[in-house]
Amino acid sequence: MQSHSYHQSSFFNSSSWLTGNIYGASSSITSYFGLKDENRKLVSENKRLHKLLFNSKATDTVQLDSAQLQYIVTNGKVINNNYAKIRNYITINKGKRDSVKLDMGVITTHGILGIVQNVSGGYATVQSILNEKSNINAKIKNTDHFGSLIWNAERYDVVQLTDVPRLVKLTVGDTVVTGGRSSIFPENIPIGTIQKFGLDTSNSYYTIDLKLFNDMTNIKNVYIVQNKDREEIIALEQATENEQ
Amino acid sequence: MNNSLFVNTIRFILLVLVQVLVFNQLNFFGFINPMVYILFLYWYPVKENRAAFIGLSFVLGLAIDFFSDSMALHAASTVTIAYIRPAIMRFVFGVNIEFQSFRLGNSTKAQQITFLALLIVVHHMVFFSLEIFSVANILLILKKVLTIGLATLILCLLFTSLFSVKKE
Repeated sequence: MQSHSYHQSSFFNSSSWLTGNIYGASSSITSYFGLKDENRKLVSENKRLHKLLFNSKATDTVQLDSAQLQYIVTNGKVINNNYAKIRNYITINKGKRDSVKLDMGVITTHGILGIVQNVSGGYATVQSILNEKSNINAKIKNTDHFGSLIWNAERYDVVQLTDVPRLVKLTVGDTVVTGGRSSIFPENIPIGTIQKFGLDTSNSYYTIDLKLFNDMTNIKNVYIVQNKDREEIIALEQATENEQ
Repeated sequence: MNNSLFVNTIRFILLVLVQVLVFNQLNFFGFINPMVYILFLYWYPVKENRAAFIGLSFVLGLAIDFFSDSMALHAASTVTIAYIRPAIMRFVFGVNIEFQSFRLGNSTKAQQITFLALLIVVHHMVFFSLEIFSVANILLILKKVLTIGLATLILCLLFTSLFSVKKE
């Protein structure tokens, strides 16, 4: 699943040195106003993670070396957020110097946010899921029925899931998470719940409206996820394609 | 001349900063982000080198594009209105603009508002047609042009009355 467009200019974007620094300075002032709210969000996430940790049944005593981990997580802060346009991009304050690279996944406490599109020394722009070019593999939670997550540019709290076959049993309120076919995001990152669904014009696939878990208008702290196997997966897939 | 250059440089920088740091973050009703930087083209002196004016408008649009990750949408629409600005002025002010003594501040309020509104409508039409770029979404384009254009007009009028150009 390739969600990144290489036709986008890699120079004219807000991760460049000048724009990044101006947004960074502006954000360092305005971020003070949201500290209380951010703190509450982070504490509630910590609580959830602690609960998982204390109640885990796993008795795996073998400590994995960090070199063996498949996913590496970095944290970052949003310094510029857009959601009112057709193609929305988010600027974050981590870049090459923090080993952020192209096509890494970006998530928040509540769920998926986007994919890194451009990187400069200290900043990166993220193609938001609120972007008509965005196309991410997603599936219905606890099943293996997957579809493509797209956005019809209408509402900033609703995205669309397409290409889910008609035979799948859906209910309003079902949770949708990222699928395992993406080499960008780990499996089971929450996206949203089904708000309404209907058949598309071909009558064989569903078009589903999803209410996002993320409040896209209010994002500060994000996590950047790197899949260390991505290069290997892509090289393998390309080799297979070339043989055909 | 020097004074005009200085004023325009300061205006350019301030308008870019105000646009990207304040008005691009506004998101009124979820989607209304007025584009007040158009005021630069409204305020720019009438009797100036046309090529320089169009070039400057391109740089202004590009500067906004840098910040808003919109490739060259702002640059394209700003250059368009810079190019047709003389035609709009002739339409709005008539033969008055041929006189050396013509000043924007001397024209009537209605003329000023018409001039500004025409600039905004053309700019927004070009901008949203290019951004959405599909005939199927013509209603969405019109909705955005109308609502955001109105917001831009109101804010620009507030700015013009706040920073009067009578001194120039």
